[in-house]
Amino acid sequence: MMPLLAVVVLAAITYTMRIAGPLLADRVTVPVAAQRLFTSAAAVLLVALAATSALTSGHGFAGWARPAGVAAAGLLAVRRAPFPVVVLVAASVTALLRLAGVELSRTGPWFLWDSSRYAPELHT
Amino acid sequence: MNMRMEWRTNWMSDRALVRDVALVCLADGIVGVSFGATAVAGGLPWWVPVVMSLLVFAGGSQFAAVGVVLAGGSPVAAVAAGAVLNTRLFPYGLAVSDVTSIDGGRARRWAARLAGAQLTTDESVAFALRHTDPARRRAAFWTCGAALFTVWNIAVPLGVLAGSAIRNTAAFGLDATFPAVLLALALPTLTEGRTRVAAFSGAGAAVALTPLLPAGLPVLAALGGLAALWRPKRRPRDAGDTEVAGAIPVRSNS
Repeated sequence: MMPLLAVVVLAAITYTMRIAGPLLADRVTVPVAAQRLFTSAAAVLLVALAATSALTSGHGFAGWARPAGVAAAGLLAVRRAPFPVVVLVAASVTALLRLAGVELSRTGPWFLWDSSRYAPELHT
Repeated sequence: MNMRMEWRTNWMSDRALVRDVALVCLADGIVGVSFGATAVAGGLPWWVPVVMSLLVFAGGSQFAAVGVVLAGGSPVAAVAAGAVLNTRLFPYGLAVSDVTSIDGGRARRWAARLAGAQLTTDESVAFALRHTDPARRRAAFWTCGAALFTVWNIAVPLGVLAGSAIRNTAAFGLDATFPAVLLALALPTLTEGRTRVAAFSGAGAAVALTPLLPAGLPVLAALGGLAALWRPKRRPRDAGDTEVAGAIPVRSNS
């Protein structure tokens, strides 16, 4: 669950980050190294979240259809396809694979050793 | 440049600005719809994505926080993930502090500063940094920021409606749009070799830890990948290293 408090706290932290720059602009310069660290931290989190949400569901493997769709979309994104195309391809490749029954192969890749704890919501 | 040429250039670049902002809005509108749909399809009440979009107004962190919660993580882990993503807004604010300080009375100055802060996003800052002329910077920032805020807060409720209407979101592959969007958001930041190493090693660790750790923590553990950025000074050993050594920081603090 996500309580209202969590939303408000995240909003407060976010706004603090936003307003701090303009308020401190005359007094502070962020070292280039720190700026790069912020950018890299954002990249690390986004990619980690993309990877876990593509491959896992709960504590186990999400099935093959979703990562396949994401991989197809990722390839298009790397090739600078327009954003709407990327999103549409992710959804339609995944949907088509599910329609074809690909999801039902229950073996996960080797790096997700706990594939027995399977995403129940996709397989009921 | 004579007056007429200048007028013409301004007019052209205004048109270009509106066109570029519209394209960014279209893309972010799709992200917003996907966000609203994902959140309610995952079982969150409708107001969570809607209130979040108004108050937080930062797509990546909204996705991150909701993603952690939908994976079963605690609200604390969700807030932490979202907050870490938004630390980059601090240097953004420094970089564009000039565009949110406008002339006028005390109340007007503060209103612009407070509103401008909320409109500080990857996109609006990127638009502002494309120009050096103060008036252009200001126009670019406010046009992009205001348009995005409007589009985002229309798109997310639309997504909420779509997500509530579609019963079996898995059959439509909606769950695949979430990671795809995140990947597309991350791509522009992955131009630098070391960041790529950090991101991919962090992601690998997060996936490997998912069966073991409570939900939400694997993504935060991925920040350990940042260790890849730390390297004691030494002579370049391979092509990768020399390439990184010559890299220019993406945003200079001019």
